[in-house]
Amino acid sequence: MTYNPGPDVIEVIRVPARNPIAGAYRTFGETLRGLKTTFARVVEGPVTIQYPEEKTPVYPRFRGRHKLHRFEDTGLEKCVGCSLCAAACPADCIRVVAAENTPDNRVSAGERYAAVYEINLSRCIFCGYCEIACPFDAITMGHDYEMSDYTRSDLIFTKEMLLAEAIERTPLRAEGE
Amino acid sequence: MTGFGVVFYFEPWWVQIVKSLVIFVVVFAILPVLIVYERKLLGRMQSRIGPNRVGPFGFAQPLAEIVKFAVKEPFRTTTSVGVLYRVAPAIAILTAIGGLALVPFGDVQHVFGQRVGLYGIDVSVGPLYVFALAGISFYGIMLGGWASGSKYSFLGAMRGAAQLISYEVSQGLSLVGVVITAGTLSLTQIVHAQEGLWYFIPQFAGFIIFTVAAFAETNRAPFDLVEADAELVGGYFTEYGGTPFVSYLFAEYANMIVVSGIAVTMFFGGWLLPFGLHPPGWVDPIVVLVKIFIFFSFFVWVRATLPRLRYDQLMSLGWKILLPLATLNLLVTAVLVAT
Repeated sequence: MTYNPGPDVIEVIRVPARNPIAGAYRTFGETLRGLKTTFARVVEGPVTIQYPEEKTPVYPRFRGRHKLHRFEDTGLEKCVGCSLCAAACPADCIRVVAAENTPDNRVSAGERYAAVYEINLSRCIFCGYCEIACPFDAITMGHDYEMSDYTRSDLIFTKEMLLAEAIERTPLRAEGE
Repeated sequence: MTGFGVVFYFEPWWVQIVKSLVIFVVVFAILPVLIVYERKLLGRMQSRIGPNRVGPFGFAQPLAEIVKFAVKEPFRTTTSVGVLYRVAPAIAILTAIGGLALVPFGDVQHVFGQRVGLYGIDVSVGPLYVFALAGISFYGIMLGGWASGSKYSFLGAMRGAAQLISYEVSQGLSLVGVVITAGTLSLTQIVHAQEGLWYFIPQFAGFIIFTVAAFAETNRAPFDLVEADAELVGGYFTEYGGTPFVSYLFAEYANMIVVSGIAVTMFFGGWLLPFGLHPPGWVDPIVVLVKIFIFFSFFVWVRATLPRLRYDQLMSLGWKILLPLATLNLLVTAVLVAT
């Protein structure tokens, strides 16, 4: 069915008649209007955020660099080496090698722990599926997004790097900001 | 009393040399600052900050860029035409500097017992000298564009030739109204004739025409078809790099200073101040420089505002609107002065 608007809906905007005097007047007026617009920008001041010095605060659910977590009371790692994050990862950038916990070498709370936990951040697409897949909330997405480096191998983050307390380089957006 | 008409060479030769050196050095010290100022003001008008990394508030930016340009490798296209390719930028900047000599920065002052006119020269042909130099500066653009042996340069140069010739006529005619009203061609005499009423009020139409034509003559937006970086890469200086490029750049800005200076002299009372203020003589150059600065800011303001004209629009504006208006303005002024 075609849209058939009534005569009260249709608004016809006609091109102004070709009149040199009116045209010159219009041109002059529009030029002044344009000049007013640009001058208003000077009065407003710049909107620039000077990036390395100032940063836009990120939202709480911003998906930045991953973090691995420990239990706060016991200090044991939350990760049990189940490799569900690696299975969920669409970019295939997580590598987990699990090992058994022993009584004299207890690393995690479960039966097993991740002996190797590596994330290749040069391949990661920051989709956050690993965070969703994890049954123990051992891996979460942090707020850090400044990860450029000089070599690709430096972007493979090991378990120690992911477990370490992240340097807070990125401001978090306050409630309602 | 030498040369053409009445020229008052009352100064000894060394005063004239010192004077020209001072004008040259001061203006060329101001030019880089103006370039940074333009970029910063353009930024503000686009809600940006503009250059602010080098030096305080970014004002050392031109120093860094001059070093960058100076150490660049000199190159030329294989199709470029011998010596013309090298001479063209020099013509552009020489004519721009030559125009500076005419801008009056102040009246005749007594400095250490010498009578010194605060201007380069006070020729009795005034504006004609400027147009003569502007006529030569076309060669800087045309030769530069043609001798580069590049089609973009050539297109820019051809556009420049057509544009400059079209608008020079209107610009000249708009100044004739002022000349008729003042009854003299000497720029200092014209400034003196404006005591009481600056000419941009009685000659408002002439002022508007002059301003529009000045934008076209200096190849500034919205008439920068000569450069037209979206279509022609860079226009007539596409194939120039390093110091020849800088000389084209400086020539453009020096031309803007000259045109602003002429506008200030012809329409805004040169070194005169409104409200009956009569400061001591050493303030005159500052007054003129401030007025030039305001006019320059207007150039930048318009550049930030208006889009570039299409080529046929440029031509019809020049020949169908500005030229009849300028002629009408001239005729009306002539009739009014005669009666």
